[in-house]
Amino acid sequence: MLPPDEPTAAIACTVNGQAIRTQVPLRRSLVDWLRHDVGLTGSHVGCEHGVCGACHVRVDGLVVRGCLMLAVQADGAAIETIEGAADALTLALQQAFFEKAALQCGFCTPGMILQAAELLAANPAPSRAEVREALSGNYCRCTGYQPIVDAVMAVGAALHAK
Amino acid sequence: MKPARFDYARPATLAEALALLAQPDAAVLAGGQSLMPMMNLRVARPALLVDINRLPLGEITLAGGTLRIGALARHAEVLASPLVALAAPLLPQALAQVAHAAIRNRGTLGGSLSLADPAAELPACMLALDATLVVASAARGERRIPAGAFFLGLYSTALASDELLLAAELPAAAPGWRFAFLEVARRHGDFAMAGVALALGPNAARLALCGVEAGQRRQPAAEAALAAGDPAAAIAALASTDAMDSPELSAAHRRHLAQVLLRRALAHLEAADAAA
Repeated sequence: MLPPDEPTAAIACTVNGQAIRTQVPLRRSLVDWLRHDVGLTGSHVGCEHGVCGACHVRVDGLVVRGCLMLAVQADGAAIETIEGAADALTLALQQAFFEKAALQCGFCTPGMILQAAELLAANPAPSRAEVREALSGNYCRCTGYQPIVDAVMAVGAALHAK
Repeated sequence: MKPARFDYARPATLAEALALLAQPDAAVLAGGQSLMPMMNLRVARPALLVDINRLPLGEITLAGGTLRIGALARHAEVLASPLVALAAPLLPQALAQVAHAAIRNRGTLGGSLSLADPAAELPACMLALDATLVVASAARGERRIPAGAFFLGLYSTALASDELLLAAELPAAAPGWRFAFLEVARRHGDFAMAGVALALGPNAARLALCGVEAGQRRQPAAEAALAAGDPAAAIAALASTDAMDSPELSAAHRRHLAQVLLRRALAHLEAADAAA
């Protein structure tokens, strides 16, 4: 809880297509604001210093660390979280993660899927090394990464076959 | 892990930004990929954040043999720029190893240069590419600083507290020059344990290291040996670098890595020549 006299600023942005006008505390991170104030808890807070990738969200179409951007900086931006990411690529990745058992606790999964979707949008047929490189900024403590790479490769192969 | 309280300003013009930076204890917020972690860890507690993200400082242009990269250009933009690939082919080699995709979407050239982290790739590239850094303040206007005079040591630059880095200007790669950037990191995207930025021309060379010495600088002894066509002497010269010593990575280990990387960089350029 921030103190009641916490300084705030007005922002106007969209979150998953929905327009929001509100006041945000100056020192609230984008991911904290999305979770605590907007109520979207799909983006997770892991390390809070840009290392683990659990907080990934899309800002104006680009995947960024939600813990390293302030909510006040979202003014004028289009924010997309895992809850709103309903494009075909994201849905295919969700299904592939399920089928390949690419998650256990699920904490890293939203960040992984957003990052993998960005990779596949730019490079539909990545090598395993390219997948690992693209996901190098996302920590998973359960799977050992092999099934995650398998899942991304499976979606890549399906895209390539089309 | 929340930052301490700060005031926040988002100037719309450069003049407004420079006036704000003249205030005591103001910090520039560009990509925030280093400043925000430092604030979350409370290693940094600026009184005022000057968010420069709305300023038009991200342009990349090539004119009259000079590549100019605006300080707000994101790593991902510089990495993907055809102008950069043409005029400064060292930079894409280095940027592919800078952090991770999501960090590169947000982190800026100016932020990396202004912080001067000893392990950062871009200061070494600026030194090896003979860049000039353009900075400005409200009180003293614009000035231009050669890269060699800009980086002063560990997290230390020639930037005064009221100054903002506007752009880096690099002479476009001249014919006959070749470039190599190599580093060793524990994991892709981690800070470099050691890295080399090498520009090799006809009877001339520019060489800088990252992750080795506390302050990044060119390596004149190794450069002279390379210019004289004696790569073995150049590699040997790196044995006397003033390498950082830490419990997880000794000075001797860093010097060894620098030497191995220079040898690999030279082999890499030779192989590229043979293939051409």
